[in-house]
Amino acid sequence: MGDIWDILPGLGDKLAAHVVLSASAIGLAMLIALPMAVWASRSRAVSRITLGLASLVQTVPALALLALFFPLLLSLRSVFGDGLPTLGFLPALMALTLYALLPILRNAVTAQANLDPGVLEAADGVGMTKWQKLVLVEAPLSAPFIMAGIRTASVWTIGLATLGTTIGQPSLGDPIFAGLQTQNWALVLAGCAASAGLALAADNLLWVIEIGLAKRSRTMTLGGAAVVALGILAALWAQSTGSDERRIVIASKQFSEQYILAQLIGARLEAAGYAVEYRDGLGSAVVHSAVASSAIDISVDYTGTIWTNYLKRTDNPGREVMYETIREWETRDNGVKVLGRLGFENAYAFAMRSDRAAELGVTSLADLVAAAPKLTVGGDPEFFERPEWIAVRDSYDLNFARSRNFAPTFMYNALQSGEADVISAYTSDGRIAADKLVVLTDPKGALPSYDALLMLSPRIAGDAGVVAALEPLIGAISVAAMREANLAVDREDAAKLTPKAAAAGLARKVGL
Amino acid sequence: MATPLPLLQFDGVICRFGTVTAVAGVDCSIAPGSFVALVGASGSGKSTLLKTVNTLVEPTTGRVLFAGEDVSTLKPARLRRRVGYVFQGVGLFPHFPVGENIAIGPRLAGEKLAPERIAELLELVELDPAFAKRMPDALSGGQRQRVGVARALAGEPELLIMDEPFGALDPVTRSGLGNKVRELHDRLGLTTVMVTHDMAEALLLADRVLVMDRGALVADETPRALLGGAGGAVAQSLVAVPREQAERLAALEGLGESRS
Repeated sequence: MGDIWDILPGLGDKLAAHVVLSASAIGLAMLIALPMAVWASRSRAVSRITLGLASLVQTVPALALLALFFPLLLSLRSVFGDGLPTLGFLPALMALTLYALLPILRNAVTAQANLDPGVLEAADGVGMTKWQKLVLVEAPLSAPFIMAGIRTASVWTIGLATLGTTIGQPSLGDPIFAGLQTQNWALVLAGCAASAGLALAADNLLWVIEIGLAKRSRTMTLGGAAVVALGILAALWAQSTGSDERRIVIASKQFSEQYILAQLIGARLEAAGYAVEYRDGLGSAVVHSAVASSAIDISVDYTGTIWTNYLKRTDNPGREVMYETIREWETRDNGVKVLGRLGFENAYAFAMRSDRAAELGVTSLADLVAAAPKLTVGGDPEFFERPEWIAVRDSYDLNFARSRNFAPTFMYNALQSGEADVISAYTSDGRIAADKLVVLTDPKGALPSYDALLMLSPRIAGDAGVVAALEPLIGAISVAAMREANLAVDREDAAKLTPKAAAAGLARKVGL
Repeated sequence: MATPLPLLQFDGVICRFGTVTAVAGVDCSIAPGSFVALVGASGSGKSTLLKTVNTLVEPTTGRVLFAGEDVSTLKPARLRRRVGYVFQGVGLFPHFPVGENIAIGPRLAGEKLAPERIAELLELVELDPAFAKRMPDALSGGQRQRVGVARALAGEPELLIMDEPFGALDPVTRSGLGNKVRELHDRLGLTTVMVTHDMAEALLLADRVLVMDRGALVADETPRALLGGAGGAVAQSLVAVPREQAERLAALEGLGESRS
């Protein structure tokens, strides 16, 4: 894992974004929690309600909370207008702030409740107003405990901020998610080490402030605060330099093919003189809207996904009609330019081991009908709930002996070991070629097509330079070439490539 | 000779907390310059009555007049700067050095107390002026209460009210500080109201003793009159304790003399 040291220095901008996001969330949480704590200390009912709500937030899984802000902000656009960002910094900030509230609020309320009643009586007795009592007595005496809460909140927030990646907020989660997907463990480790290091550094600095407050040492308190402020300022400065002109933002969802294509697109744009930025590892659900809102400029999406998820269609009028319908709808309803089809499909398809297929004499889904009652079908965890499966099952009247769920990686292993006879594969998956699998044909056209589409956001749809740089990709990538590139990234042996290297190989292969 | 206008006057004061009546109608006035002890058993309502003076407790009905003004019409913060308050909890601010603790009242009034004045106040309660720089947790209990008294006196109050001020101190410290406070009372011409459950302390320090029982004033006598048997049953039961102790001590002493 020596290469982790080569990766870390390149994480500077992710680190800066991570620091700015975490610091903003904690700052905002303090602005909300501290006045709330003062209020709660004056009223038992308020205390109960605020602490209850803050605890409730903690029970929502962080990933879900982050994702929930997307539809929420989208619906708020009817109030605040289309300028309201739905992805990236704003929803990440809101979710992290909610998470940070509890430790700050709870420590502040507890600190207030545990103040020496004699001291409070004295404050009244010497004639302090409520405000003077708060500022001169309650706040300074509670400060070390409140600081402990802020420390806890900081460690949580810095850890959770890595999930910002999934909603398009750059963070140290970018290398973690990219590394997990492409099984590049050095990348995962680098991201984890950087985020853990940041959390430890913040915890220790805030600890110095906490001790300074407890021991009433001005040097420690102000020294610690100064270092924290410097760190945040440096991150802000690092963020402000380099982002003076808006770059072209390229999205990728959480699988290898997306990372490779993003790199391929990015390399072409860079060669044409554009500054680009990658927003890797986005949740599949947010990419489409992100492009429509120009939060992201370029993505690769698939006709079948848009057809079922956004047009809510269940029929299958054929590949060409689907493409044209989607293309029109995107331009008309979203202002998104579908530049064209890359040339390959990443569809759901049924695959078998070639020896097993030959033995049973199966080459198409229609051939499978007779053999199915003796066979086991394997699918990814969501497959048997998806409209594609239902369409296939019903139109061929397939009746398998058993159906089993596998994580995608293990699906292929199950096929090799005989635990499954047929699996739902992805047609561009490199393992189809590597394992010499047979992809069954679909004579009835029950499975929708999944043509890979190059999508341009409204912001750059009219940019002739971008269009010129990317047009050569249209129709250029065969499924065989895509499979080879995917396999190069997915494989575990010495020939494993990074998405960037695989993208370069793919470009050479297709003659670009 | 006309009686001087009372500095403090309780006028039909009743304090209820839910169903509990802590003070059940007190009428009483206190002349300037007097040292009044308010004595009673625990729960007799004496602390509650005292706290109506600086409005830490508001009477359910009735009025408290301070120098002729109803305290409920005065701004609490301003009233409390004119009334020095010493209580058993002392309540020194642990995050301020002794000097800043003493200077807090004037500071709240927007006035900075000179270091010489702080030194003078410390000397008044027989503490080394060097204590001004120390933090409260570096002081003994007796020293802390001395600082508490100095803090109460810093604003040159017209009235000093004390709620069990020496309750948490050892007997030697307690007696010494009691005498010191009485001496300051005389020297500075203060008006002092002290709540205590210790009748001996009341008899020795005060020139007027009020006895409270179940929220009502049941006796209002001079120490001499109380020792002479005045004030009624409750007051006399309280006086009986130190008297009996004194008699037994005297008897012990007499026994020793006869042996020698």
